[in-house]
Amino acid sequence: MAELKLMKGNEALAEATIRAGADAYFGYPITPQTEVIEYLMEQQPEKRTGMIVLQAESELAAINMVYGAASTGKKVMTSSSSPGISLKQEGISYMAGAELPGVIVNVVRGGPGLGTIQPSQADYFQSVKGGGHGDYKLYVLAPASVQEMSDFVEDAFDIAFKYRAPVLILSDGIIGQMMEKVYLKDQKPRMTNDEIIEKYGNWATTGKKGRERNIITSLDLQSEKMEKRVHRLMKKYKQMEAEDLRFEKIACDDADYLIVAYGSSARISQKAVELARKKGIKVGLLRPITLFPFPKKALFDLANQVKGILSVELNAGQMVEDVRLSVEHKVPVEHFGRTGGIIHTPEEILEALEQKIINNGSIRHHKTRESSIL
Amino acid sequence: MEVLDIIKPENQVFCKTKLMTDCALSYCPGCGHGTAHNLTMEVIDEMGIVEDTIGVAPVGCSVLAYDFMNIDMTQAAHGRAPALATAISRLWPDKYVFTYQGDGDLAAIGTAETIHACNRGENIVIIFINNGIYGMTGGQMAPTTLEGMKSSTSPYGRDIKTMGAPLKITELVAQLPGTYYVTRQSVHTHKNVRKAKKAIRMAFENIKLKKGLSFVEIVSNCNSGWKMTPNDANNWMEENMFPYFPLGDIKVDGKLK
Repeated sequence: MAELKLMKGNEALAEATIRAGADAYFGYPITPQTEVIEYLMEQQPEKRTGMIVLQAESELAAINMVYGAASTGKKVMTSSSSPGISLKQEGISYMAGAELPGVIVNVVRGGPGLGTIQPSQADYFQSVKGGGHGDYKLYVLAPASVQEMSDFVEDAFDIAFKYRAPVLILSDGIIGQMMEKVYLKDQKPRMTNDEIIEKYGNWATTGKKGRERNIITSLDLQSEKMEKRVHRLMKKYKQMEAEDLRFEKIACDDADYLIVAYGSSARISQKAVELARKKGIKVGLLRPITLFPFPKKALFDLANQVKGILSVELNAGQMVEDVRLSVEHKVPVEHFGRTGGIIHTPEEILEALEQKIINNGSIRHHKTRESSIL
Repeated sequence: MEVLDIIKPENQVFCKTKLMTDCALSYCPGCGHGTAHNLTMEVIDEMGIVEDTIGVAPVGCSVLAYDFMNIDMTQAAHGRAPALATAISRLWPDKYVFTYQGDGDLAAIGTAETIHACNRGENIVIIFINNGIYGMTGGQMAPTTLEGMKSSTSPYGRDIKTMGAPLKITELVAQLPGTYYVTRQSVHTHKNVRKAKKAIRMAFENIKLKKGLSFVEIVSNCNSGWKMTPNDANNWMEENMFPYFPLGDIKVDGKLK
């Protein structure tokens, strides 16, 4: 029987990490995700499951601790917020290149630079377009509730080990900080060292015992070998698109207009859909749950049905580019978003939908595209 | 007696280190890396711990150490080996975890990771090859480049007014309570090779005894980077490097000498 609790998103994620049977967490404090490491330190998971928690000297060190632990087949996580995630990009790129499993959590705040500690979704590009150097992608899960902050931890670990690849949970300051009820999963046992050697001994560096040595590296000085490695990665991403795409359609069946939004924006947009329908406007919501893979086909198909699409994001217009690519200009696609830590209201979203999509109609195509920021 | 009788295995006095692969070393002729690799592998072999050893080698000349060391190895990003080793050692406390790092890696880009792993007293061995130059990228100034020494990024010699003084990172980490054994060795003569091996052995024994961090610096040459013959490089090292980086134990059993 799942345990019901009232928790902050960051705390629910931390608790879920212990319960998922994780072996370690390495982190560094940064607002608005510091509760993750605070909660873990307070809980002393070493006593509960043997899970190690370590406060690193920097985000760089933390992601490289994850890299080291993952290279031995352990189930590990790090979390941070935007400026800290920028620092982690080196290690994330190395993990992708060396094909290591691991979970990275970004509780996004506004940027660029030190930006603001207020919520934002301005790290969309960084999350889905690579982030660090080189040809790679991350599997990106975007929780929209405290429940999903908890549920997605195990999902993220499963995907990370299925593909031997780093997985990102892209949250934001709203989802991380707000309190909601959450059903916590039961405790899963941690794998023993023997089980890890048995299961991952064909690649993990656990000590050369009864087999040839294992090497973890992202380096291939021979171009042909390096290209082969890149092709192997691309194959994984294709498989992710085919097997592990996740999205949610809300009130889309009869929709004349569509809102696309993820994470906290999806929560707020859901209310905007209700408001619109009260006014007699048939609006649907498509919520990408994975940002990579992106629900390209679902959007392409919906573009045959709706008259226009509004991409609602807490940024200056990022996911809107992928929405436009997906619908291949079949219908007008506009962006609405607030930045600087300001959170859009459902009323603002509806107003933007009316102004930018519904009342703009066909003339829009002949106009120079104006700034989509309110 | 024929030559083939003489070279029978039972007559061999010296043989190839068992834990070294057959891969030809990519290091320049005369470079100390090969000897330092050998010593490390000999110690692991003699202690019978290969099944429980995990090595971490980051960016630098030794980035390809895994081609030569026939053990489980992880290649790390530039400077980050102590962070990897920290995690591996914490999660596999009964394993022998070591890093093998150069001066640019350990004392410049990885300064934070080095100091904090030392300060936490991670139960690992750090082997630090100090040749006062960036070898892999082709002879640039390192944090340990001596005053006045020329390199491709200090073509008129290191000016300590603008480039800082050569960093004695080994003396620095010896000050931290987390380090248990800190020593500086070299591998350019038979005598020094024997001493260095003893030091590496002690460092790995300390892991077994869970004593905390052991730090073995090996002052070495870089004849290519220094643009000298191997012999001249060794002589230059004795005359110039050793006065600034004196050989010997700096901290033993957790106590400064």
